[in-house]
Amino acid sequence: MTQQPQPLLDVRGLSKFFPIYSKGFFQRAVGNVKAVDRVSLRLFPGETLALVGESGSGKTTAARTILRALEPTAGQVLFRANGHTVDLAALRERQLKPLRTRMQMIFQDPFSSLNPRMTVGDIVGEPLVIHGLARGSALRDRVADMLERVGLKAHHAMRYPHAFSGGQRQRVGVARALILRPSLVIADEAVSALDVSVQAQVINLLEDLQQEFHVAYLFVAHDLSVVKHIADRVAVMYAGRIVELADTDALFDDPLHPYTRALMSAVPYPDPDVKMRFQAPGEVADPAALPPGCSFHPRCSQCFDRCSQEPPELREHAPGRFVACHLQDGDGSP
Amino acid sequence: MSELTQEAAATLPETEAMEVLSQWQLIRRRFVRHRLAVASFYFLIVMYLLAVFAEFFAVYRPHWRDLDYAFCPPQRLQFDFAHGLHTYALRRHIDPITFRKTYIEDRETAVPLRLFARGEPYKLWAVLPCEHHFLGVDLAAWAAANGTEAAPARFFLLGADRYGQDVFSRIVYGARISLSVGVVGIVITFILGASIGGVSGYLGGGVDNLIQRSIEILNSFPRLPLWLALAAVMPGDWSPLRVYFAITIVLSLLGWTRLARVVRGKILALREEDYAVAARLLGAGHGRIIFRHLLPGFTSHIIVALTMSVPGMILGETSLSFLGLGLRPPIVSWGVMLQDCMNMTAVANYPWLLLPVVFIVVTVLGFNFLGDGLRDAADPYGSR
Amino acid sequence: MARNAEREFVLEIDDLKTYFDSEEGVLRAVDGVTFAVKRGRILAIVGESGCGKSVTAYSVLRLIQKPGRIAGGSIRLHPRQGPTIDITALDDKAEALYAVRGGLISMIFQEPMTALSPVHTVGNQICEAILLHQDVSEREAEEAAIAMLGKVGIPGPETRLNQYPFELSGGMRQRVVIAMALVCHPELLIADEPTTALDVTIQAQILGLIKDLQRDLGTSVLLITHDLGVVAQTAEDVAVMYLGRIVEQAAVRPLMKQPRHPYTRALLESLPSLSERHARLESIEGSVPALTAIPPGCPFHPRCRFAVAGRCDAGGPPALREVAPGRQVACVRAEELP
Repeated sequence: MTQQPQPLLDVRGLSKFFPIYSKGFFQRAVGNVKAVDRVSLRLFPGETLALVGESGSGKTTAARTILRALEPTAGQVLFRANGHTVDLAALRERQLKPLRTRMQMIFQDPFSSLNPRMTVGDIVGEPLVIHGLARGSALRDRVADMLERVGLKAHHAMRYPHAFSGGQRQRVGVARALILRPSLVIADEAVSALDVSVQAQVINLLEDLQQEFHVAYLFVAHDLSVVKHIADRVAVMYAGRIVELADTDALFDDPLHPYTRALMSAVPYPDPDVKMRFQAPGEVADPAALPPGCSFHPRCSQCFDRCSQEPPELREHAPGRFVACHLQDGDGSP
Repeated sequence: MSELTQEAAATLPETEAMEVLSQWQLIRRRFVRHRLAVASFYFLIVMYLLAVFAEFFAVYRPHWRDLDYAFCPPQRLQFDFAHGLHTYALRRHIDPITFRKTYIEDRETAVPLRLFARGEPYKLWAVLPCEHHFLGVDLAAWAAANGTEAAPARFFLLGADRYGQDVFSRIVYGARISLSVGVVGIVITFILGASIGGVSGYLGGGVDNLIQRSIEILNSFPRLPLWLALAAVMPGDWSPLRVYFAITIVLSLLGWTRLARVVRGKILALREEDYAVAARLLGAGHGRIIFRHLLPGFTSHIIVALTMSVPGMILGETSLSFLGLGLRPPIVSWGVMLQDCMNMTAVANYPWLLLPVVFIVVTVLGFNFLGDGLRDAADPYGSR
Repeated sequence: MARNAEREFVLEIDDLKTYFDSEEGVLRAVDGVTFAVKRGRILAIVGESGCGKSVTAYSVLRLIQKPGRIAGGSIRLHPRQGPTIDITALDDKAEALYAVRGGLISMIFQEPMTALSPVHTVGNQICEAILLHQDVSEREAEEAAIAMLGKVGIPGPETRLNQYPFELSGGMRQRVVIAMALVCHPELLIADEPTTALDVTIQAQILGLIKDLQRDLGTSVLLITHDLGVVAQTAEDVAVMYLGRIVEQAAVRPLMKQPRHPYTRALLESLPSLSERHARLESIEGSVPALTAIPPGCPFHPRCRFAVAGRCDAGGPPALREVAPGRQVACVRAEELP
C-alpha cells in the first residue's frame, strides 16, 4: 500500500495509566496500571490498521483514549481534519466537539451500544441533530438513506433496538457511526460478538462503505483470521505496548516477534489436517503487575538475559516493519 | 435459562405493517398482569377521588357536631322496598345506675337516605357552591313523615366521636390531608433527591464523595426523635396551613436521601454503558446525555422509589399528629383523629374510633402493592 | 445389536424434543434431535446462536426448567459398569439422577467465574464434588483433589487448594472447573463453549488440556461450540445444528473437507481465514428466523442457494439420513449437489 506523506492519525507515545489506590480511609496512589504504555502508530486515509491483542493488551483502552473517551496520561494524538493537524490529547472538551464529526466509533456489544429507549431512527439521526446539520424531513431522508445503505429498510426507523437481531443492531451502530461521513472510524471489536455468518455480512458491509466513503478504520480485534482478511496493516499489542507492526501480508508470512508467532499458532485453524503447534505457556501478563524488562519474557521460549532487564523499544527493522524485541536488535543470539 | 428463550425468540419476521411496542407500552403490559397491583391502583384512585371531592362524599362538614349523639355507634344501612335506602334512628338511653350512655335502635323510626341528597350547602374546594352530597339524609322525606318540628335525623355511617362529630365525614376530610401530605412530600423528595443524587452520580470524584458522606451523616440521625425535635421547634401560633407545609417539609427532608442514592447509583451505572459513551463521542453535551440517554433509563426506578416512599410519609404524618406534635386540631387528619384513641376506655367501649387505622393500613398497603407491581414491571426490561 | 450399541456408544439421544412455553407460542428449541456419542471420543455440536445446542446439552443433564420442558424422545447413558440409565425416564428427584449429575456425566460451562462459588475455596469445591459421589474420607478427597489439580496443569496445587476463585486468572479458573468435572472420572464430559470467554492463547492451552485428559482418562466428550476452528482442532465427530435440528453429522475430516449440507457449506465459506484476503466473504443471505416463525419444509430453505421450489419448501423438515457410511445429512437434495 503506497503511503501518502500525510497520515490521517499520528499517535506519538500515547500512555494511559490508571492509578491503584491503597486501602483505607485516606487513599493514596501506590502504583499504576499501565494499560497503554507509549504507543505510537500512524493511520493513513482510507486504509485499515488493525490493533490486535488479548485481554489486558490495552487495545480497547488505546482506542478509547485516542478518541478522548478517556483522558490520556501522556503523549500526542495528531489528527488531520479540514486541512489542519490538531493534537486531540491537548484540546479542551469544547474544541473537540466540531472534530467529533470527523471521527467515530463502532462498539462491540450490539446490545448495550444502542439506547434501548430510542427508536432506531432517533439513534441514527442523533449525530445530525447534535451538530445541527439536518432537521425535519431532511433529517428523516438522510436517516432513511443511511439505513438502506447498511442493509436495513427505511421503515425500520420507527422500531426499537430490541426488535432486531445482533447483526442488525450492529448495522445500526455502523449507520450511526458513518452518517456524518467521518474520515476516521474506530471499530472496537465490532464483529467479535456476532455469529460467523453474520460476521461475514458485517465485514462485507464495512469494506463496502470504506470504498464508498473513503474512511480509514482502526480495527481493534482479537481474531486474527478476521484481521488477516480486512486489514492493510496490523499492530500487535501485548501488556500495553505495541510489540510488532507491519503490513498484513508481511506479518502473516513472517512474524518476527515471539508473541506474534505464539498468537498465530494459537488460533485454531478450521482445517483438521493442519494441526496447531502452540508455544506460549503461562498466563497473559497483568498490566497491574508487569514482569521486569520485556513483559513477554516469562512466556517466551527464546528469551535471554537482556530480556528480563531491559524493556525493548519499538524499532523499524525493515521499511514498514516495526518490532519491539531484543532478538531483532542484532545483539544476543538471533 | 431465560437467555436461551430470549435468544430463540430474537428476530422478528420482516413485515412492514408491524407494530412495535415502545418501552412504556411494554412496562404497562407487564404491570397489567399483576392483579394485586392493578387492584391497588384503582383503589388508590378511589381514595384520592374521595380526598379531592371530600366535600361531596362526606355527609357532614368536618367540624359539625351534635352533642346529643356523642359516641354514637355506626348506623347500619338498610334497604327495603317500603322505605328505600334508610337506616334506623338511634335513641340515647342513659343507664340509671352506671350513667353509661348507650344507644338503642328505634326500629319504628326510619331515617330515609338517598344518594345525591340535598344537604347543607358548601363550597367545593372553597370555590364552587354546591348543595348535594353523595349520600345523606333525605330531609324532604323525613319532614314529610315526621313534620318539620320533629327532631332532626342524623346519619352516622361510621359512628360519632366524643363531640358527636361524624367519624365517616372526618375520615373523608382527613383523607384530603393525609393523602396530600404524601403527594406534596414526594414532589419535594423528587426535586431534592433527583438533583442532588444526579449531580453526585454524574460528576463523581470528590463531589460525589462529599455528598455521599453527608447523606450518610444525615441518615444516621434517629428518625423519630429528629422529626419530633423539628416539629417541636414549630411555633404554636402558626396557622394550620403553615403547620401543614412545615410538616411535609420536615418529612421530606429525611426522605430524599433514599431517592438520591437510587438516582446516583443508576447514573453511575448507566454513564458507562456503551450508548452513553457513544453519545459522548458523538459530541453530545451533558444536558443531552443526562436527559435523553441516562434519565429514561431509570425513570421507572424513580417512580417506584417515590411510590414506595409515600407510605413512609403517610405514616410519618400519622405518627407525629398522633403524638400531638404534628398537625393539630382544628385540622382534620387521620393522625389527629387517632388522638382520641389514646386511652383504653375509648378503644374498649367505642372501637369505631379506630377506623382511621383501617384506612391508613389499607392505603399504605395499596401503595406498597402498587410499588411492587411497578417495580416488577419496570425492572426486567433492563436485560436484553 | 443393542449390546453392541451399548459398547460402542456412551450416550444415545433419540428424537429429543425440548420445548419452551412462551407467550408467543411454543418455542421448539430442540425439535427431534438424534445422535450418539461414541465411547472415548469427542463429539462436537456446532451451530450459531439460537440453534439449540446449549439446550440439548442442558437437556441431557435434565437441567431444563420452566418454562422449558423435555417434550419427547429419550436420552440413554451406557456406563462402563452397570445397567443403562434412561435419563428422560428418571424422576426429578430420583437418587439416580443425582448420581448421574457430576458423577457419571459432568458439565463445564462457558464462564469460569460464574461456575465457581466465590465464597468457597477451590479445594472445598473440588472436594465437594468428590465427597458427593464417592465414599472416601476427607483426607483422601483432598489428596485426589491435589492430584487432579496437578493433572490439569496448575502449579503448586497444595497451596491453590486454599485459594478463592477471584485469586486465580481466567485460564486457571477454567482449569479448576475442568478438574472439578473430571475428578470423579465421569463417563461423559459435556463442555458448553468452554473456551469462548478465554483469550486465544489460553484457549489453545485449555483445548490441548481437554484433549490430553480425554486421552488419558478415556472420558467421552460432548463439545458444544460455535467456533469451527475449535471443532477442526479438537473434535473427532461433528454434528451441525440449525434451528433445533441436526442438519449434518459425520466424522470431522469428511465434514469439514467435503460438507454435504448447504448450511455447513455456507458456514465454512463464510470463515475469513479460509478465504482470500480482501475477497468478498461469502455470507448466508438473510438471518436466522425466530423460533416462532420456522419456515415450512426445510427450515433452511429461504436462505439456501440450492433450494428448489416444491421440494424444499413443502412437507415437513427433511429427515436426517445416511447418504454414505458414517455420513448423515438432512437435505432432500444431498445426493444431487455438487
